[in-house]
Amino acid sequence: MAATHDGYYLPHGTKWPIMGSIGLSLLLTGFALKLNGSAVGSTTMIIGVLVVAAMMFLWFGEVISESESGSYNKQVDHSFRWAMGWFIFSEVMFFAAFFGALFYARVYSVPWLGGEGAGGISTNPVLWPNFEAVWPTNGPGDIGGAFEAMPAWGIPALNTIILLSSGVTVTFAHWAILRNRRPQFVLWLLATVGLGFLFVGLQAYEYIHAYSEMNLRLTTGVYGSTFYMLTGFHGAHVTIGAIMLSVMTWRAMKGHFSAENHFGFEAAAWYWHFVDVVWLGLFIFVYWL
Amino acid sequence: MSTATTHDEHHEHHDHGPEPGLLRWVFTTNHKDIGTLYLLFALLMFFVGGALAMGIRLELFQPGLQFLDPHRFNQFTTMHALIMIFGAVMPAFVGFANWQIPIMIGAPDMALPRLNNWSFWILPFAFTLLIATFFMPGGAPAGGWTMYPPLVLQGGANVPFLIFAVHLMGISSVLGAINIIVTIFNMRAPGMSLLKMPLFVWTWLITAYLLVAAMPVLAGAVTMLLTDKFFGTAFFNAAGGGDPVMFQHVFWFFGHPEVYIMILPAFGIISQIIPTFCRKPLFGYESMVYATASIAFLSFVVWAHHMFTVGMPLSGELFFMYTTLLIAVPTGVKVFNWVSTMWRGSMSFETPMLWAISFVVLFTIGGFSGLMLAIVPADFQYHDTYFVVAHFHYVLVTGAVFAIIAGAYYWLPKWTGHMYNETLGKWHFWLSAISVNVLFFPQHFLGLAGMPRRIPDYAIQFADWNWVSSVGGFVFGISQLLFVYIVFSTIRGGEKATNRVWEGAHGLEWSLSSPPGYHTFATPPQVSDAEAHS
Repeated sequence: MAATHDGYYLPHGTKWPIMGSIGLSLLLTGFALKLNGSAVGSTTMIIGVLVVAAMMFLWFGEVISESESGSYNKQVDHSFRWAMGWFIFSEVMFFAAFFGALFYARVYSVPWLGGEGAGGISTNPVLWPNFEAVWPTNGPGDIGGAFEAMPAWGIPALNTIILLSSGVTVTFAHWAILRNRRPQFVLWLLATVGLGFLFVGLQAYEYIHAYSEMNLRLTTGVYGSTFYMLTGFHGAHVTIGAIMLSVMTWRAMKGHFSAENHFGFEAAAWYWHFVDVVWLGLFIFVYWL
Repeated sequence: MSTATTHDEHHEHHDHGPEPGLLRWVFTTNHKDIGTLYLLFALLMFFVGGALAMGIRLELFQPGLQFLDPHRFNQFTTMHALIMIFGAVMPAFVGFANWQIPIMIGAPDMALPRLNNWSFWILPFAFTLLIATFFMPGGAPAGGWTMYPPLVLQGGANVPFLIFAVHLMGISSVLGAINIIVTIFNMRAPGMSLLKMPLFVWTWLITAYLLVAAMPVLAGAVTMLLTDKFFGTAFFNAAGGGDPVMFQHVFWFFGHPEVYIMILPAFGIISQIIPTFCRKPLFGYESMVYATASIAFLSFVVWAHHMFTVGMPLSGELFFMYTTLLIAVPTGVKVFNWVSTMWRGSMSFETPMLWAISFVVLFTIGGFSGLMLAIVPADFQYHDTYFVVAHFHYVLVTGAVFAIIAGAYYWLPKWTGHMYNETLGKWHFWLSAISVNVLFFPQHFLGLAGMPRRIPDYAIQFADWNWVSSVGGFVFGISQLLFVYIVFSTIRGGEKATNRVWEGAHGLEWSLSSPPGYHTFATPPQVSDAEAHS
C-alpha cells in the first residue's frame, strides 16, 4: 500500500520490532534469573525464545511477501545488500574478540606465567615456580585436571572438507538460479543444507567424545575456554546458516526467486561463506597450530 | 529557496501524516518520529545519569562519609557512566542522525525503516534491565563502567543483568549503525556525491563504521565475563592460563573507538554550526573528512594507553604512547579549521554558536590534558586520579554534551517550526559554561595533588577544591532544567521559524518547510552547488 510505483518502498508502521524487543528482554531476563538461581528463569526464557521466533517468522514473512509482490525496486535491493554485508562484518568483529583472547593467551599470558619476559618476573617464581609454558594448557592451577588436546587430523579435518564442499555446492546452487534451472537450484541447496547439518552432527560427536574420553571440557583452563567458546559460537553460526539455507530451500520449492531477484538466497550464501572462512581460522589456530 | 521548498507536496502517495494515538510512537517507521524518540530518551537518561552525578558531588562536598556508603557510592559512579555513555550521549547522536541524515542528503527516509524502529525500541528495555539492578540484592554494578574482572564478577545478582543490558545496547547500536551506513551509501539524492555531503553526514558515516567494528568486541568481552562467572571458563583467571589484563585489552579495543564514537558526531555538528554563524563555507572541508577518517583509523591502535600502569612490556608502552600522540595531528587539523572558518567571518553569536565556540575552546582543553595523559611516565603519576576524571569530562561534557546542546538549539526551529527563546537560551549557555568550569577545572588540581578517583572519602587537603567542584556541579545540574523548559516550550509554541531559520545556513534541510512535512524528499531533489556541503 505504501509503495510508490517506482519509488523507494517505505513501510507505514510495524509491530514486529516491539515484539522482538519484548521477546529478547524476556529471553535475557529469564536467562539472568536462571543464572541467579530463580525458579521462574527457565520458563521466562522459553517464552522469550518463542516470542523471538514468532517475531522472526512474521517479520521475514512480511518482507518475503513484499519482495514476491514486487514492492521492492533496485534501490531497496541495494539497501539489503549493503546491510547484509555490514551485518556480516559485525559478526566478524564478534569472532575477533574471541580470536584476540586466544592469541593473547598463547602469545602473552601463558608464556608470562611460565616466566618469560618482564611480566613473568614475579608471578612465575613467587606463585607457580613449577609451571612450564606449553600450549595447550589448562594453566598453572591445572584447572579441570589432566586432559587430552583435540587433534586436527581427524574429525576437524573431515569437517573442513565438508564445509569447503558446502561452499562449492552453494555456489552451484547460485549458478543454477542464475540460469533459472529450479530443480538443480533446489538440489544443490539440499546438498548444502545436508552438508551443513552433517558438520554440526560431527561437531556434536566431537564434543561428546571430548567430554567423555578426553576430559576436555569448557572448564579445562584457558585451552578449554577458547576451544569451546570459539568452536561453539562457530557451530551456533553454522546452525543458524543451515536454518537460513533450509528456509531458502523451502522457498525455492515454493517457486520463490528468479534469475534476476534472489537476494534472500544470496544473503544466506554470503553468511554461509562467512561461516566457512571463520572455520578456516579455527582449523588453523585452534586445532592445527 | 522557494524553488526547492517542500518536495514532498508533489507526491500524493506519500502525502499523509502520522497515525493518531500514542501507539504511533511504538509502531512508527518514520525517521523523524524515531529521531524524536531517541532524543527524548537521551534527555531522560541525561537526567537519570545527572541525578547520580549530583549524588556523587553531594557525597564529595566535604570529607568524611555523609550520604552514601562506599558501596552505594561505587554503584553511583558505575551507573552514572553507563547511563551517560550508552543512554544519553550515544542515543542523542543517533537521534540527530535519524532526524538529519535523510533531510541532509535528500532521502525519503532511512534505508531500513523497520530496523530503525527496532534499534530504538531495544533501548528502553535495555535500560530497564540495567536500572532495575539498583533494586536487587547487592545493588547495582559497582565495579566501574569498565567492568574489570575479577572485581565486577563479585557483584551479586546484578552481574547477568549488567551483561545482558550491554548485549542489548550493543545490538541496538550495531543495527542503528548499519542503517546509517546503508542510508548514506544508498540513499543520497542525485548530485550528492560523497565529497559534497555535509560534514555531519561524513562524521556519522565514520562513526557508524566504528560502531559496527567496536560494539561486537564489547559483546565478546562481556560474554567472556559471563562464562567466567557462571560456566567455569578461565579467560580472566591466571590459574587457568588466562589473565585479568586480557579483559582490559579486549575491553579497550572496544573502549577507545567508543571514545571517538562519542565525539566524531560532535565534530560534525560543530562543523555545521560554525560556518552558518560565520557566513562562510567551512575552511578545509576535505581535510576535515580526511582528519575524521585518520582519527577513526588511529582509534583502533591506541587502546592500551588506558592501561599504562597495568604492567606491559616497554615496547607496548612506547607503541601506544606514540600512536596516541599522533592523534593530536588530525585533531589539531580540525581545531585549526574551525578557527580558520571564524577568521574574518561575519560572525554573530546566537545560542548555538555560543555553545559551538565554547566547544572548540573547552574540548581543546580536554584534548591537551589527553596529551599529558598519553605520556607514559607522566601517566604513571596521573593514572586513576581526578586528573583523568577532569580530562574525560572536558571531552565528554564540554565536548560531546555541549555539541549535542548546540545541535539541539541549531535544529530545534527546523524540527518544531518555532524559534526557541533566545534570552533564555543565552542564560542557559552562560550558566552552564561558567558552572561546568567551576565543576571540572578544579578536578585537574585535585588529581595532580594525588586525589584518587572512585573513592567516596578523601584526605583533608582536598577539601577546598572538592567544595568548589560540588558547588559548580549543583549549579550545572540545576541549569539543565532550564534546557528542558526551553525545549518543551519551543515544541509547544513560539515565534514562527522561517524555512532557512539562520541567515547563513546552507544545506538541503533548510530548503524544507519548518517544521518539515511528515514525509520529505519522496522524490529526490536535485542538489545544487549552493546547497552542497557547508
